Amino acid sequence: MKEIHYQAIVEEVSEMCKRANYDLGDDVYTAFKKALSAEKSETGKEVLTQLIDNADIAKAERVPMCQDTGTAVFIVELGQDCHIKGGSLIDAINEGVSKGYGEGYLRGSMIYNPLNRKNTGNNTPAIVHIELVEGSELTLHMTAKGGGAENMSAMKMLKPSDGMEGVKDYILSIVKVAGPNACPPLVVGIGIGGNFERCTYLAKKSLFRSVGERNEDPAVAELEEELLNEINRLGIGPQGMGGSTTALDVKVEVESCHIAALPVAVNLNCHASRHQTTTL
Amino acid sequence: MQKKIILPLTDADLDSLKAGDRVLLSGTVYTARDAAHKRMVDQEKEGIPFPIDVADQVIYYTGPTPAKPGEVIGSAGPTTSGRMDLYTPRLLEKGLKGMIGKGYRNEEVKAAIKKHRAVYFGAVGGAAALIARSIKAVEVIAYEDLGTEAIRKLTIENFPVFVINDVHGGDIYEQGVAQFRQDH
Repeated sequence: MKEIHYQAIVEEVSEMCKRANYDLGDDVYTAFKKALSAEKSETGKEVLTQLIDNADIAKAERVPMCQDTGTAVFIVELGQDCHIKGGSLIDAINEGVSKGYGEGYLRGSMIYNPLNRKNTGNNTPAIVHIELVEGSELTLHMTAKGGGAENMSAMKMLKPSDGMEGVKDYILSIVKVAGPNACPPLVVGIGIGGNFERCTYLAKKSLFRSVGERNEDPAVAELEEELLNEINRLGIGPQGMGGSTTALDVKVEVESCHIAALPVAVNLNCHASRHQTTTL
Repeated sequence: MQKKIILPLTDADLDSLKAGDRVLLSGTVYTARDAAHKRMVDQEKEGIPFPIDVADQVIYYTGPTPAKPGEVIGSAGPTTSGRMDLYTPRLLEKGLKGMIGKGYRNEEVKAAIKKHRAVYFGAVGGAAALIARSIKAVEVIAYEDLGTEAIRKLTIENFPVFVINDVHGGDIYEQGVAQFRQDH
């Protein structure tokens, strides 16, 4: 049995929040450079150049790359032989978010209630998904998820008869409708299967994978590449002003589902695909 | 080609700007996003005038991060403009000449842009640290209780934008995609 103290989680979460917002990962940075050399639109090239400069400034000056410093979303892999001492895991994560967003001069974007819309002031509550796993380790995956792209995300319960073509058409339709609003170039996260709520979770979970990393299942990996190619033929381009780079990557997660179902969820991410992982 | 414009926008500026143009803006703009727009328009219905005279002005849709000590502002990129569409025609009617944001406007706003001779600029969403460098001074003007969503007066220098919707009906989101779409 491994013991992890509440305060150790608070400190780690706080640092993850800052790092995620200041330091665009190498995966996205490399994808920007690659997109810049391939982009056909002059306007698109100018946008990508600004994004590369922006990432450089944010990293060097330790300032947030985007003013939307996101909803703090966590996927926690909690080893069943791990014991958390000194308080609850959820409280520790929220305290870490409050600390990190406060110390890091990050924006509080969360409100108490969608109907009365008063800001909580410290970007809590975080959204926390816990997966119980074997072993004694605690692994925290964090993303600072921007609101603009989240707003353009969607899910649909397709009919099994819609098949693969129906799935692809639906995904492309969501990217088209999103256009400039989701801040392309995008990372497109897709869940296929599960049920109503599991499907959207799969789409979100897929966005925690690094840009450029393919699904381990070769058939799913092939689907990711095919969708990426199709999305980049839509012409939406960087910031929606036309071009050949609409998405930097497509991530697909597939799971079992009911004989009557074909759930598909499309969770769009802006280019500020900010994800962190730490194991305690 | 990159144009340089000193605000406020003149009639000649409005005529010359075309969808897709790259522009560097200098002068004064006001920030306002969801909550400030709602309050302005709601309070006006109760007889309370707007806290700023929007005539001939430019509004920037942004909610900046807190400024670090010694800085005038934190990161300050554009937010999605479509959420302001409900309120924008009233502001254009009152003489607003420019908006900076990102993303689609609805048909009503696009028609009002033409009718009242205004321009919609797009800044690069997510380039907030870069954009902040062109913001030289900041003053909270109204609705301080809204925090990041308060109305602020910004002094900007060479603030980088693109023209999205112009007075002539041009729309770079439509034109750009039409140019680069590879039909299936």
